[in-house]
Amino acid sequence: MAANPQHILLPVRVSFMAASVIAALAFNLLPWQDLRGVPDLLALVLTFWCVHQPRKMGIGIAWALGLLMDTANGALFGQHALAYAALAYAAQGLHRRILGFSPWQQALHVLVLLLGSQLIMLAVRMIAGGTYPGASFFLGSVVCAALWPLASFILLAPQRRAEEVDETRPI
Amino acid sequence: MEHTPPQFFHRGPAPIARLTFFALLSVFLMVLDARFRYAEPLRQVLAIAAYPLQQIATAPFVALARAREFFSSQADLREQNALLRAQKLRDAEDLLTLQALRAENESMRRLLAAKEQVPGEAIFAEILYAGRDPFSRKVIIDRGVQHGVQTGQAVIDSSGVLGQVTRVQSLLSEVTLIVDKDHAIPVQVVRNGLRGVAYGSGDGTTLELRHMASNAEVETGDVLVTSGLDGLYPRGLPVAKIAKVERDAAYAFAKIVCLPVAGTTRHHQVLVLAPAAGTPAWSSESDRPKKGARAKRSARKGE
Repeated sequence: MAANPQHILLPVRVSFMAASVIAALAFNLLPWQDLRGVPDLLALVLTFWCVHQPRKMGIGIAWALGLLMDTANGALFGQHALAYAALAYAAQGLHRRILGFSPWQQALHVLVLLLGSQLIMLAVRMIAGGTYPGASFFLGSVVCAALWPLASFILLAPQRRAEEVDETRPI
Repeated sequence: MEHTPPQFFHRGPAPIARLTFFALLSVFLMVLDARFRYAEPLRQVLAIAAYPLQQIATAPFVALARAREFFSSQADLREQNALLRAQKLRDAEDLLTLQALRAENESMRRLLAAKEQVPGEAIFAEILYAGRDPFSRKVIIDRGVQHGVQTGQAVIDSSGVLGQVTRVQSLLSEVTLIVDKDHAIPVQVVRNGLRGVAYGSGDGTTLELRHMASNAEVETGDVLVTSGLDGLYPRGLPVAKIAKVERDAAYAFAKIVCLPVAGTTRHHQVLVLAPAAGTPAWSSESDRPKKGARAKRSARKGE
């Protein structure tokens, strides 16, 4: 991180946050033929905003989006909601710690969080009597975590200022 | 009062309190959904909210399929045409005999005064996508309540039974496939009429014919059709083919693995059948054992 100087970011626009969440939701609703290895982008975007904007994105919104996912997927009603709420809680709790690391180290943290949320879903569905989907179920989280640096770059882009060297400007 | 922090620091309930609240709410909803099926109205409301997004997400794929159809080359069309002609010739024979058989069957039914099974209006539908739930085997079709789909209707494709409608929304419905773990379908072996119940197995690609004695007369390659005993699936639709029979003297039942006949190819068009007449044939008035039957039989014995 030392080699990469910290830039002061512009304040986030709520409309951009909403747009990114809706885009991720639309991605999740794409008609996949095979689900193995398909990342849950909504979980990724939720985690991102919980880490970067913990006061604007939180457990309540994550829970509501989870309910929407459950309806659209025909999953058990409340399964994604529970997993996303727990994910948002963990991401908010760890946000100061996570931001201190380099992007790839951040991705490792995110991987643990996403795997945790998937474990919750797995546990819930096993209790409710579902089919065990196999270890490839967790592949989606790995892909998702690998996308974290890219997601950080894209989602933070509107907040960066133009990089012009101006020695006289205080900030 | 003077010790309360200023409004600026006010951030609502502690995160752990919020998490507990929402977790309890989720568990409550899950129990409602899994045990009592009470969550449907709320699901309907949310489904309407999610519907435009779903449409947007599927629109490019639908458009692509349409475009591919439009630009399919002439060679493809001619080849397909020839294939269909051949198929039609082959089917014509069956069709002709079918008409004769149907007429014969009708007259026989009339003789038996059995309730006529009137085939109702079937609904043509297209599979939009496979359900994004790795824990169950479902597909989403593009017909819903507004088109007259009801839960419990059987869904078939051109080769056999695909599954049944388990949840309807206003414009979409969910079809649980016969290979789903929670799905059971009463079947009959075509060769000898042996009845049984085929359950979806855990792996999501095969069915299992459970509770068949290990000396039951089933063989690899036997075709299973619906027996119609459940009052949901009409009789005689092809369901599966027996792929493997394991007989172990240590167990009372044979382990019979079947492969579904439908859905193996990527058929996107399906047919939602009209709800079957709820009463199986034996419960009709004429077939019910009458009070006098026993007396007559005993009288006949006495003769």
